[in-house]
Amino acid sequence: MNDHYQLLIIGGGPAGLAAATTASGQGISCALLDEQPAPGGQIYRSIESVPDTRAQTLGTEYLRGKTLAAAFRESDVEYYPETRVWSLNNGREIGITHKSQSKIITADQILVASGAIERPMPFSGWTLPGVMQAGAGQILFKAAGVIPSDGVVLAGSGPLLLLLAWQYLQLGVDIKVILDVTPLSNHLFALPKLPRALLAHHYLTKGLVYQRDLSRAGVKTKIGASNLQAAGDDLLKSVNYRHLGREHTIETDLLLTHFGVIPHIWLTQSAGCKHQWDNSQQCWRPRHDEWGNTSIEGILVAGDGAGINGARSAEHAGRIAGLQALFELGILTESERNKQAKNDQKWMKADRHIRPFLEAYFAIPQSMLATTDNETIICRCEEITAGQIREAVETGHGGSNDVKYITRCGMGACQGRQCANSVAHIVADAGGEAVSESSHYRGRPPVAPLTLKQLASLTKENRQ
Amino acid sequence: MNTDVLIIGAGLMGSSIALQLAMRGCKCAVIDKASPGRHASGANAGGLRLLNRDPAEIPLSLEAAKMWHEIESLVDSDCDSRFTGQLRVAENKSDMAKLEERASMVRAMGYQHEEIIGKKELYQLVPALAPHCVGGLLCRQDGYGRPYHAVTAFRRKAESLGVTFQSATEAYTIEQEGKDWKVKTSQGTFNSSIVVNCAGAWSGKIAGMLNESVPLTPKALMLMVTERLPHFVDPVMGAASRKLSFKQMQNGTLIIGGALVAKLDFKKEKTDLDWNQLAESAKTVLHFFPQLQEVRIVRAWAGIEAYMPDNLPVISASQKANNFYHAFGFSAHGFQLSPVIGRIMSQLILDGHSELPIEPFHINRF
Repeated sequence: MNDHYQLLIIGGGPAGLAAATTASGQGISCALLDEQPAPGGQIYRSIESVPDTRAQTLGTEYLRGKTLAAAFRESDVEYYPETRVWSLNNGREIGITHKSQSKIITADQILVASGAIERPMPFSGWTLPGVMQAGAGQILFKAAGVIPSDGVVLAGSGPLLLLLAWQYLQLGVDIKVILDVTPLSNHLFALPKLPRALLAHHYLTKGLVYQRDLSRAGVKTKIGASNLQAAGDDLLKSVNYRHLGREHTIETDLLLTHFGVIPHIWLTQSAGCKHQWDNSQQCWRPRHDEWGNTSIEGILVAGDGAGINGARSAEHAGRIAGLQALFELGILTESERNKQAKNDQKWMKADRHIRPFLEAYFAIPQSMLATTDNETIICRCEEITAGQIREAVETGHGGSNDVKYITRCGMGACQGRQCANSVAHIVADAGGEAVSESSHYRGRPPVAPLTLKQLASLTKENRQ
Repeated sequence: MNTDVLIIGAGLMGSSIALQLAMRGCKCAVIDKASPGRHASGANAGGLRLLNRDPAEIPLSLEAAKMWHEIESLVDSDCDSRFTGQLRVAENKSDMAKLEERASMVRAMGYQHEEIIGKKELYQLVPALAPHCVGGLLCRQDGYGRPYHAVTAFRRKAESLGVTFQSATEAYTIEQEGKDWKVKTSQGTFNSSIVVNCAGAWSGKIAGMLNESVPLTPKALMLMVTERLPHFVDPVMGAASRKLSFKQMQNGTLIIGGALVAKLDFKKEKTDLDWNQLAESAKTVLHFFPQLQEVRIVRAWAGIEAYMPDNLPVISASQKANNFYHAFGFSAHGFQLSPVIGRIMSQLILDGHSELPIEPFHINRF
């Protein structure tokens, strides 16, 4: 690994892979760093090694990753899998650990294609063993073919929940019930956005097919379920919820939840890129222009890390950002860049027609974003409850960062990833700072796990 | 807004001064351009250290130590303070000689708080320490507190006595009209008989508004904190000849520092961590505690603090104007002094002199 590259790409999902393939063969020094052992990111995890039968269940969208990964493998871009990026600053210095050796490397252009994480959503009992995020269920299946053996309750909101349900149906998993927490009013709010969504109707068709298959198979979906509670002493025993004004309980030892995805912004945040609150996507994302440029020169973003638009859009955005980096490096002229970007810009625009509809349809209700159940743990690392956060706000700690300092909320091992959003919502709900650009925790590196030994390996004597 | 005393800077010093003044019936307002404890006061390592103080600071630090041991009676909170001692470790004979020289100097001044301990006692005190060390210098009454808890406790107590705190209030100009001060801020004008400058790294700017120049350098000091570990070390650890500041907090996390300076863009208030220095720090920690190799670093940060050329604070009346006072430049060791600074400044302001010797900290030394 060099100390300096002309272009560094962080992340091996669709955006990163497409950008790398674009930058290949241009005579520049370029490297792609990724945490995972193989290309694909979360969406195309294990794409190169997945057995055919499993791949079929995962569907045609998943198989798109094959072409992307293959093209990347043929590129001349240096590839560093199993590499953690734990720091990025505004001087375009990146702190990484690869094979237990840490290093600071620099680049002229850095593309952050860090993807998304599942939206953490605290509710009563969410920390009980037996409650998992649906993404974890998908990882287990993609990587190892593992599926729940004793049935499962699925709860939450968003296309992935539906997809996972459909995949489990194909595999014969007993889906006890799907608890869809999106209120019926969402459907009304989403209606005006439907005509535009029809321009990207393949997504709608697919969603309808999933719903039809599930309902034909007798899987019950409770739309507008509320008051979700996971119950049990040390382990999950049952799930409680309210539906159509009545309380229900269903026994289960596994609850998979999904509440949509949000951008992984910890690198751009630690670099000091400007971020904005996206009301429609209910998340923060880095500000960027149509080419992926952030507020810091030479730092670009593409893919879900720049705002949630899905895998196909990520691929286009990755190519566009790759072209932009080549332009900045003086490899392409402005007109060459514009010309080569044209198709991707067009396809990306078409692909995104579905988004406003999806965002309105699957919007998480305010009652979940800012839980009023004071007993619910918000920060799992430090075990801070919603009540403690509200109390901190009431005693004059009116911002997320003040709440963090006084309660230690967000100071644990996950560095606030699990609670940053909820804390901002609860703070706002309790009368503190409104959810805004500045109500996110201030970024504190390292943004990925780093041990004392790994850090010490940076010292001169230890450098290899 | 009209007040008797306007305090610029709602850090530990400003809050402590406001508290002591309020306890004596004075009407105070504290303004801050950001929020209480936003910089050094909230971001420091929380060391309650009498050990290895500059001789000039020892009388103040001793009095502060007494106040910390009874801090709850002052601010209704223990500020999460613990008194587990602070220790400087000697790794060889020359280290030990250095520490012995220091101990006898302190004894010669008539103080007993710093004591030499031998190898046996060192390992009784810190069994987890790497086996090569030979002894140390110990101050048993030392310890640590939680900075943000302390700032909050001082502020709340002051508020309960009628002090007002105003965040997001930046002082733009300071002018004397007759005997009174007019301080124009981003949130309107404050009229006050007395002004106190304890704006930390921004104190030079405030002093500059009176044309009083001070050789203050803002620096950003780095710290890192690890994941929680089972309890394994009591005293706060330093070393005789290495940059080390290391302690295990109540919750099991380790706080690692050691006077490491980050890159700082003072105008933008942006700090940029210097990982190469933090790596040296990690290496020093592993040198003394090799068993910590796989411990995860959870966070690193830097706080912006005011440094003076002689690393001693400015605690005095202004040289340029009457009824204007300074308390700043604590050069990264002000946390422990904070309660006594409140008392000193309240005496200076209300009685015209302090019971404790503060001549060495006069602004006229520059």
